[in-house]
Amino acid sequence: MADIGAERQTMAQAVTARLWNGRWLLAAGFVAVLAVYGFAGMSAYVVLAALALLLAAALLPSGSARHSAEDAAAIEASGLQRLSGEYLAAAVADPLIIFDRTATIVHANAAAFAAFGGIAPGMTLSLKFRAPEMQALLDGVLSGTVASDVVDYTEKLPVERAYRVSASSVGHATDLYVLVFKDQSEARRIDRMRADFIANASHELRTPLASISGFIETLRGPARGDPAARDQFLQIMQNQTGRMARLIDDLLSLSRLEMKPYLKPGTEVDLRQTIDSVIDSLGPLTRETGVVIERDFVEGPLDVPGDRDELFQVFENLLENACKYGQSGGRVTVSIARTETGPEAGIDVTIRDYGPGIPEEHIPRITERFYRVDVENSRTQKGTGLGLSIVKHILTRHNARLSIKSEVGKGAAFSVHLPAR
Amino acid sequence: MQSVHIVSAYDEELKYLSKRIAAMGGHAERMVEQAITALVNADPGLAQKVIRDDVVLDEGQREIDDKAIVIIAKRQPMATDLREIVGAIRISADIERVGDLGKNVAKRVVAVTDGRQPTSLFRGLEALADLALTQLKEVLDVYASRSVENIGFVRDRDDQIDAMYTSLFRELLTYMMEDPRNITPCTHLLFCAKNIERIGDHATNIAETIYYIVTGDQMAAERPKGDKTDKIVLPSAVPAK
Repeated sequence: MADIGAERQTMAQAVTARLWNGRWLLAAGFVAVLAVYGFAGMSAYVVLAALALLLAAALLPSGSARHSAEDAAAIEASGLQRLSGEYLAAAVADPLIIFDRTATIVHANAAAFAAFGGIAPGMTLSLKFRAPEMQALLDGVLSGTVASDVVDYTEKLPVERAYRVSASSVGHATDLYVLVFKDQSEARRIDRMRADFIANASHELRTPLASISGFIETLRGPARGDPAARDQFLQIMQNQTGRMARLIDDLLSLSRLEMKPYLKPGTEVDLRQTIDSVIDSLGPLTRETGVVIERDFVEGPLDVPGDRDELFQVFENLLENACKYGQSGGRVTVSIARTETGPEAGIDVTIRDYGPGIPEEHIPRITERFYRVDVENSRTQKGTGLGLSIVKHILTRHNARLSIKSEVGKGAAFSVHLPAR
Repeated sequence: MQSVHIVSAYDEELKYLSKRIAAMGGHAERMVEQAITALVNADPGLAQKVIRDDVVLDEGQREIDDKAIVIIAKRQPMATDLREIVGAIRISADIERVGDLGKNVAKRVVAVTDGRQPTSLFRGLEALADLALTQLKEVLDVYASRSVENIGFVRDRDDQIDAMYTSLFRELLTYMMEDPRNITPCTHLLFCAKNIERIGDHATNIAETIYYIVTGDQMAAERPKGDKTDKIVLPSAVPAK
């Protein structure tokens, strides 16, 4: 009921609006009809018919809809011409840089800023992209020998990224050129990962496998009827399969990290909450090892740009290491400090244990894959040799820094410096 | 960026200098990268390419020297411009040395990889090279952006490079003690490591020059020495294995 009522109302409104729009025409018609009536003395029927005709003309569907569609098309066409190159560049998901005849950057979109830090309008492009093939590409396009060209460009450090770069001139005689970077890192990394996996992991996986197959042989042969030995061997085999599973987990998370080389900007992480939940999640381990975790957090908000899950993993790995290898110290301190000003502004998180410490000559190397200070100790603590290399990878993505200080016999301190942006 | 001069050709000449420096820098980065790859993958072909490529850097340095002298003679540069030009001469010399060191690594490829070595021998060297190349890349990025405010990272990384070099030195000594057949490749690798460590030093030099170009002041003099290999000695008795 209400619907129909509303419909009637809108119809009535439409009719009034249309009458109002045609009011001058209608009024002129009335005047004309009346004038004719007055002069010629026509019958009232003719006058009424004329009035009806006028009204019908006013009420018939008008051409305004068609008109507005044409107007819109006209606006759109001029809009495309007037569309700012900046908006267009911002809408492109790949890094895009517009530059002029002297190879000076005119504009770079947000994706370009995210991918290549330290570029700014006014900078000379060939100073930032120094690789010989990029120099040749820029020279070729700027000198006009080729209208457009494509090269493959790889950046090795700090994280490996591969791009297919195309350069071309924009429009006619605008003296502007554009560089578009198509990210090919993923495909490249899959290739490398395969090679790396075979090189590193096969060796690490073969050791537990060899021990399992050895025990299976023993169980089938000499230890066939010995329940005590069988239980013991099965326990060892279970430990070994556990080790292999952990190794695969770590390898996968490392390769996942390598898949997405740089972080999406914009997300903030509350460090206080993150580290608290890491400490909570390590409850079972601290009870098992008898280590007490002490907190020394600075007051105030502790937000940093970053990815929560990844930072969680960083502090989980560091704290787990501190509890395992610094077990003899009996306590681990986690302290958070803040630097407000200067180029080093940011938050420092230090995880300190009071265990045996790390000999100096190992410190620069411990973030390498499968590097172990003490192979035997690492095995008994269920280490995979990848924990710190995951930490380092995540921190590189966060533009953060890991520094390690240690004195033999006095424990080790791992400090993470997260820049405030 | 540079201010605008009345004679626009002068601007272009200065710009040309910095472009040549960047091109040389990119070339040197590539050479060192390829030298290390050649060493790790035992690829004498790639090593030969690196050795041939060194000519480009020598030429680049000569060209920058010539151009810089001509600009000084013709334009009588003052203040920033003069620093810019003198800096270009210094930086190109440093980059040329980086290229030489990369070439020297490439020359040793055949000697090191004669007889297949275990990959563990190269892992440390790769990590050291990564550090040194990151240093070089970031320094050349600063040359492009002229943002010298946070150039302090250069000194930090120099410390890391020195520490890594010291650690590598120890490791290689251990390998030599374990098996005399390791002595030949390990000695060559020691020289390679030393070369890479020197590349880090040249990068630090370049950073100091950039700081001078932009600010007109010298960087603070303290330059901590983290290289402790001068004190490493072999234990007198071979440890029981």
